[in-house]
Amino acid sequence: MKSSRRKFIKLAGLTALGWSVCPSLASARSNRYRKIPGALKADRWAMAIDIQKLSDEVMQKAIEACHRLHNVPDIDSRQNVKWIWVETFKPLFDDQVHAHQMEGKEKLPLLTLCNHCDTPPCVRVCPTKATFKRHDGIVLMDFHRCIGCRFCMAGCPYGSRSFNYSDPRRFLNNDELSPDYPTRSKGVVEKCEFCAHLVDQGERPACVEAAEGVLFFGDLSDPDSEVRRVLRDRYSLVRKAKLGTEPQVYYLI
Amino acid sequence: MYDAKKIIPGLIIFALFFTFPFWFNLGTAAYTTPELELPDPEEHEHCIESTEYMRAEHMAMLDEWRDIYVRDGYQEYWSELNQEYFLTSLTKTCMDCHSDKEKFCDRCHEATAVDPYCWDCHIEP
Repeated sequence: MKSSRRKFIKLAGLTALGWSVCPSLASARSNRYRKIPGALKADRWAMAIDIQKLSDEVMQKAIEACHRLHNVPDIDSRQNVKWIWVETFKPLFDDQVHAHQMEGKEKLPLLTLCNHCDTPPCVRVCPTKATFKRHDGIVLMDFHRCIGCRFCMAGCPYGSRSFNYSDPRRFLNNDELSPDYPTRSKGVVEKCEFCAHLVDQGERPACVEAAEGVLFFGDLSDPDSEVRRVLRDRYSLVRKAKLGTEPQVYYLI
Repeated sequence: MYDAKKIIPGLIIFALFFTFPFWFNLGTAAYTTPELELPDPEEHEHCIESTEYMRAEHMAMLDEWRDIYVRDGYQEYWSELNQEYFLTSLTKTCMDCHSDKEKFCDRCHEATAVDPYCWDCHIEP
């Protein structure tokens, strides 16, 4: 067969084209997967906490619902794992406290959780992309990928992340594990995930359900959503706004 | 041959060492596929894909499921064989039928000496 430079270049070009097109054609996803038809959809999920209605009872109910569903252990030491917890006003709003605050207000107990920031520092620093931001704004952990480097814990200005210093099942009642959510393993970081798995099934987060009327959850981009309605009507604060992480958990004052 | 006294014994030692797995396992029982406890065939005619496919590819499938579920939020898998959607879940789909881990998953995993860490976190039903 007679070969020429011209023919060789033509063939090489075709080959390169084939190499670039074929794999993407092969991996073009057919409709083998779908989302659950009733899933809740949003462009930007957000939460609002009505601090005037927060009572010890409501807070405990929300914490209990979350920690039971997600198999979060209760460890009686500094190695405790927290998804949603109680903290007083002063450490939460450190940059907004002054010496002549209303009597006792700095000791006001409040609920706090991951802020699901719009520009999340934890996502930026994660070397394995185990933490990532979904299109609907939820900052999610992929526990499979976490290597336990704890950069995200250093990056998060809200202390919303906890590390598993040992196997968490040691601190859980293994007969009463919630079958709907896995536990974690030693050496993995975890945090609140706005119940992404429930949202994808068409349900609202467990804490919002448990604290009906005190916690509000909705789409920030929808002017008629529950969250936008309460944010329109009430004055609200976010934690450490000046850091520019754009937290999406609002405190209604 | 120069140094035959060293080279020949050296070659013999090498050959013995190289074939160690073969003669070491002489006389031991050959590998047999473990006996698995399968779900009631009257209730479930077949798995979500053919048995051959599941046997060869279940790990790749579960790996794909976990990525597509966690990272992309797709929670249902279309089974061509059953013409039906299934949840992309180890515990809710696979272990709904294959509910006894010891009599299904573990038997092959032990026989082939693999140790998947799925159940370090995921909860057996």
